[in-house]
Amino acid sequence: MSRKSYMQAINEALAQEMERDPTVVVFGEDNVGGTGSPGEIDAWGGVMGVTKGLYGKFPNQILDTPISESAFIGAAAGAACSGLRPVAELMFVDFMGVCFDQIFNQAAKFRYMFGGKARTPMVIRTMYGAGIRAASQHSQALYPIFTHIPGLKVVIPSNPYDAKGLLIASIRDDDPVIFFENKVLYAIEGEVPDEPYTIPLGEAEIVREGEDVTIVAIGRMVSMAEQAAASLADDGIEVEIVDPRTLSPLDEDTIYESVENTGRLVVVDEAYPRCSMASDISALVAQNCFEHLKAAPKMVTAPHTPPPFSGSLEDLYVPDPEKVANAVRETVGQGVAS
Amino acid sequence: MTESEVAGARERHEELDKGALLDAYRTMRTIRDFEERLHTEFATGEIPGFVHLYAGEEAIAAGFMAHLDGDDYVASTHRGHGHSIAKGCDVKGMMFEIYGKDAGICRGKGGSMHIADLDKGMLGANGIVGGGPPLVCGVGLSAKVRGTDQVAVSFTGDGGANQGTVFESMNLASAWDLPVIFVIENNGYAEATAQAFSSKGIDIAKRADGFSMPGVVVDGHDFFAVHEAAGEAIRRARQGGGPSLIECKVNRYYGHFEGDAQTYRGENEVENVRKEKDCLMLFRQRVTSAGLLDEAELDKIDEEVKNLIDEAVREAKEAPEPSPENLTTDVYVSY
Ligand SMILES: Cc1ncc(C[n+]2csc(CCOP(=O)(O)OP(=O)(O)O)c2C)c(N)n1
Ligand SMILES: [Mg+2]
Repeated sequence: MSRKSYMQAINEALAQEMERDPTVVVFGEDNVGGTGSPGEIDAWGGVMGVTKGLYGKFPNQILDTPISESAFIGAAAGAACSGLRPVAELMFVDFMGVCFDQIFNQAAKFRYMFGGKARTPMVIRTMYGAGIRAASQHSQALYPIFTHIPGLKVVIPSNPYDAKGLLIASIRDDDPVIFFENKVLYAIEGEVPDEPYTIPLGEAEIVREGEDVTIVAIGRMVSMAEQAAASLADDGIEVEIVDPRTLSPLDEDTIYESVENTGRLVVVDEAYPRCSMASDISALVAQNCFEHLKAAPKMVTAPHTPPPFSGSLEDLYVPDPEKVANAVRETVGQGVAS
Repeated sequence: MTESEVAGARERHEELDKGALLDAYRTMRTIRDFEERLHTEFATGEIPGFVHLYAGEEAIAAGFMAHLDGDDYVASTHRGHGHSIAKGCDVKGMMFEIYGKDAGICRGKGGSMHIADLDKGMLGANGIVGGGPPLVCGVGLSAKVRGTDQVAVSFTGDGGANQGTVFESMNLASAWDLPVIFVIENNGYAEATAQAFSSKGIDIAKRADGFSMPGVVVDGHDFFAVHEAAGEAIRRARQGGGPSLIECKVNRYYGHFEGDAQTYRGENEVENVRKEKDCLMLFRQRVTSAGLLDEAELDKIDEEVKNLIDEAVREAKEAPEPSPENLTTDVYVSY
């Protein structure tokens, strides 16, 4: 066990899987980061440095790509059907717009359309989220769009330990997985075992136990919920925090069990509010736990607005601990007394 | 002299008379100072987000925009400051924008990567590589349908040239005979990845043949070469002769974005270019040795531009932030 950053945890998962299985290949723009250039060939290791050092260890398993997302994301699907386990990087999730077809209509559909005859063991790693003043085309939290599509799995680790275990599980999974990394979390450190391990896809984690209100928080929002929980505890409100870790498949049972106990739900989601994880989970809980609910489910999300550039606006854009705590207080004050 | 006169070329200059040369120099100098100043200011940590500098590539923006009217359109890239200045965007408004201020050209909502001013025919810098070429096809169609002689120019990097949208747009423009010019700014790298790898080091202009349009390579450091090639393509487009592809070979002076350590670059790569091929240096040598302009005229522009940039930075730092209500305005026309 040692302390590692979220970024190191991902790098280590990739390295260990490439080592274990030579059919694991990694590619994306600047993943080596200098191919063909006169200076250092592996200068970058990805735009944020996540794949740094892999080229030195696995020169035959990592490739740079031209800026041709449709081609190389589609190539990941084709390679997955023909004997490889590709891990393609699509830098910022916002760029998925360029290559949706290869994901939605190709990779996601093979298994079903071909009558169960295909396996497409591919992972697309991608960065999401606001917080670095990167404006509207580099800051979105588009995981609900992928969760909407049958045939895709969607994974979203909130901490370094989960990042490693979930990525290894995603690489070993036989279906296409979209793996969402939060760019603000890259530097966050935590305890991460040195040896390889997996966290099953579709299992939520109870991050904090409490009796009064259930908070379901997605990705980076888990830490917002934890900060809110600490301040709420000072006021005698005990929240239970559920981190789904996988959005598709979604561990509905763990969420329902928690809500059956607390009777109150707040979902914290960095995505836009319409057709989001927040609205999806609220709807599921309303349908499946209605008799246990003491108040209407609440959502804390970004507004129905593109992410702004200016820091003073962006700071208002992302849900923060105060907004989460306010939502919890409102739900406690509402409905049937506990 | 008003702010916008200081900023750069506004009039169409097909012939390079004295006024045109002074305008071109002012445009290039304004871009250079703007970018070098951002380079220094970024290092202080005061500038948020991603900043991609155009320094070294100024002759391309100046050479093309000299042929464009205010109602012609350009679509730019993430490296968009130079195109924006040359197309006539307000320099102070741009600086305010890069600092995320309310008085910014996009009200602080876009930042460096999204500088745009449709009233000036600037369709926007672009955060999506390959985002611009389809847009200029639309402008070309608009001009054709409305029967104007407007043209549209898209700028794309060597890396962006490999994006499917760029190929599709060239084909569409060709099929529809659109008054569109595709400019490839080949600076040898897409982020850290060399063009020698990503498109095998070919002349990207050769791809024009596959779309049945003329394609030429020009030295992007040489304002006069760019101006000439641009003039020919733009005139042809205005006269209904269809699209063209122009590849400008050039170098970028700074990293892909500010903060890039650039260990992928060759030894003294940039220093050598600065010494031998700097576009401002070449321009100055050429116009003074030919007796077209004298040093004093150029020095005066240098001085004026320096003052403009100083003022822009000083005011941008002090300017007010956007107010919180602006977070949710302008999502739609109706709110
Ligand atoms: C669709 C898309 N893919 C990838 C990126 C990330 N990206 C931004 S700039 C860039 C390199 C562009 O290189 P080039 O087109 O040569 O332009 P240059 O930066 O050299 O001016 C990349 C990969 C992006 N913004 N959009
Ligand atoms: Mg380039």
